[in-house]
Amino acid sequence: MKKKNETRVIKVDTLARVEGEGALYVKLKGGAVCDVRLKIFEPPRFFEAFLEGRDFNEVPDITARICGICPVAYQMSSVHAMEDLLGLRVEGPLRELRRLLYCGEWIESHALHIYMLHAPDFLGYDDAIKMAKDHPGVVERGLRLKRAGNDLMALIGGREIHPINVRVGGFYKVFEKRDFAALIEEFKWAREAALETLKWSAGFDFPDFEKDYEFIALRHDSEYPFNEGRIASNRGLDIAPEEFPRHFEERHVEHTNALHCVLKERGAYFVGPLARCHLNFDRLTPLARQAAGEAGFGPECRNPFKSILARGVEVLYACDEALRIMKNYERPERPALAAEPRAGTGHGATEAPRGILYHRYTLDAAGRVTAACIVPPTSQNQKTIEDDLWQFIPRHLDLPEAELTGRCEQAIRNYDPCISCATHFLKLDLVRE
Amino acid sequence: MAGKRKPKIAVWKFASCDGCQLSLLDCEDELLAIAGAVEIAYFPEATRTRLKGPYDLSLVEGSITTPEDAARIHHIRRSSKALVTIGACATSGGIQALRNFSDVKDFISIVYAEPAYIDTLTQSTPIGEHVAVDFELRGCPINKAQLVEVITAFLAGRRPKTPAHSICMECKRRGTVCVMVAGATPCLGPVTHAGCGALCPAYGRGCYGCFGPMEVPNTEAMSGAWKALGASEGEVMRVFRNFNAWSAPFRTESEAHEKEE
Repeated sequence: MKKKNETRVIKVDTLARVEGEGALYVKLKGGAVCDVRLKIFEPPRFFEAFLEGRDFNEVPDITARICGICPVAYQMSSVHAMEDLLGLRVEGPLRELRRLLYCGEWIESHALHIYMLHAPDFLGYDDAIKMAKDHPGVVERGLRLKRAGNDLMALIGGREIHPINVRVGGFYKVFEKRDFAALIEEFKWAREAALETLKWSAGFDFPDFEKDYEFIALRHDSEYPFNEGRIASNRGLDIAPEEFPRHFEERHVEHTNALHCVLKERGAYFVGPLARCHLNFDRLTPLARQAAGEAGFGPECRNPFKSILARGVEVLYACDEALRIMKNYERPERPALAAEPRAGTGHGATEAPRGILYHRYTLDAAGRVTAACIVPPTSQNQKTIEDDLWQFIPRHLDLPEAELTGRCEQAIRNYDPCISCATHFLKLDLVRE
Repeated sequence: MAGKRKPKIAVWKFASCDGCQLSLLDCEDELLAIAGAVEIAYFPEATRTRLKGPYDLSLVEGSITTPEDAARIHHIRRSSKALVTIGACATSGGIQALRNFSDVKDFISIVYAEPAYIDTLTQSTPIGEHVAVDFELRGCPINKAQLVEVITAFLAGRRPKTPAHSICMECKRRGTVCVMVAGATPCLGPVTHAGCGALCPAYGRGCYGCFGPMEVPNTEAMSGAWKALGASEGEVMRVFRNFNAWSAPFRTESEAHEKEE
């Protein structure tokens, strides 16, 4: 039997099935949690520093390299910040093409997370490859769905990872309508597969856990948000991207190489698919709303373990939206608007698969970067992930060590943390005292 | 790799964006077949399973930027029969090697408010500067077809077939009209290692060197051609200072233009 005041430590030295390197350290004393540290030991790479001195046109090619899983998000927040600074507005077919590229990234990233990173937790496997031995059709469906997203990125972006076709003002190359013909057929399959994905994951056994989060996401007049919108929350925040620095603060905490971003007034908050669904459910397509309802998921969901359902709803939405854009596609008159340098500061916020990604740049008159600031979604969720564990662990202290550790890891994966992004991490130490 | 035992593969990460190891998961059509032919013994991005070495093949992503990582790579080398670096970070230090041209203390204070919490080396260096490497696969990111070729070749005990000629050959093969000759667009293709399939010229822009230097690059002539098209010293310097900035030919060339600027 465990002694009453026994100290226990839960440790995960290298968190698996997350992007990048992190660890978890939890210390328990007499059945109470006394420390939770999500440690990001991913080595820092100093992007904001070496962007200084670069020409504004080079920035989207460099920021893509922050993350191999969501390079489009980095490129999009970069170009929007630059266009804000330069007074450019990319509209019409070019804007639609950017939205279509973003659909590809959401599908690729979400399908990876649903099938390969998160589902094995619910079904009791170490990984999707072992899961495939018992559920071959399911894993094959997931891989093909992921490939549909990648195929869209490969066409528009040139390749899936670090696309080469994005530039300030638009693209280097645009396409003929016939170039999308084969993809339209594959996306009809993908939309059905997305419906199946949602039905399948709705049957998982979800831990009973809810919290009253402050959800933050972009909110647009008419669209489910990708590239554009005001930064909004369920507690009254409603600001333009350029007001971000006034309301948010990045704090440097000792145990992590990723800065913690918090709301100056209220502290921790939640970004990503669950937050987007909460704030933008009315902007989903009727098909996505109906399928969500049938899966028992809706905008009032506050269970982070159900974020896998929010991802499923967004995959379905992205397939639906991609089909709309491809069917209505008109070739833009020119691939890009001319971008002439000028001095100033610009802000951009877009919805990366994991949540809001904010960029700010200052340029000199020659168009060289003099200051850069990048706030990735995982640094915004870091504090919320730790807060979840503070509440989750005391309710599950009766679990055997290995199972409790596994549940902690699952609670972290709810956020699909991208540690490569956030460091600019993940490893679990659970100490029981 | 005799007998019926499946070869053990490990995937290791150092400073990087995860994109090159993601390339393995992006082999949607081949992944289950590869996983059937090998034992995935260590690959934290994909699995909780962790098997002890020795490993038949270690794929290493990322560059060395911390004292711990400089020690860790030696452990990995000792437990690996073959060690292959995947991508520009592992092969040439990556985009984070731009710190090598500056004072890293300035870099830390730009990004972090409490520099004392950050433990980092002054330089980002490729794996080959620390341990013997059996094969270096180029690219930022790597080409996934080449990754499958490398894994297949090592399991079969032969050298991978990944041509070391320039991007120009890939443009010719693809039938892309030269953007430099016909469009007066500065392009790094003539000195850049093949592997991407000459994507940028096919999309109407010049190459920016994701695959690093080709086998015998004439970088000086390349810079001359850029300047003839109106590029400034600063532009020439910066195009050599991307994802392969610390590779010797690109480093030497960029330093020559830094002095001129």
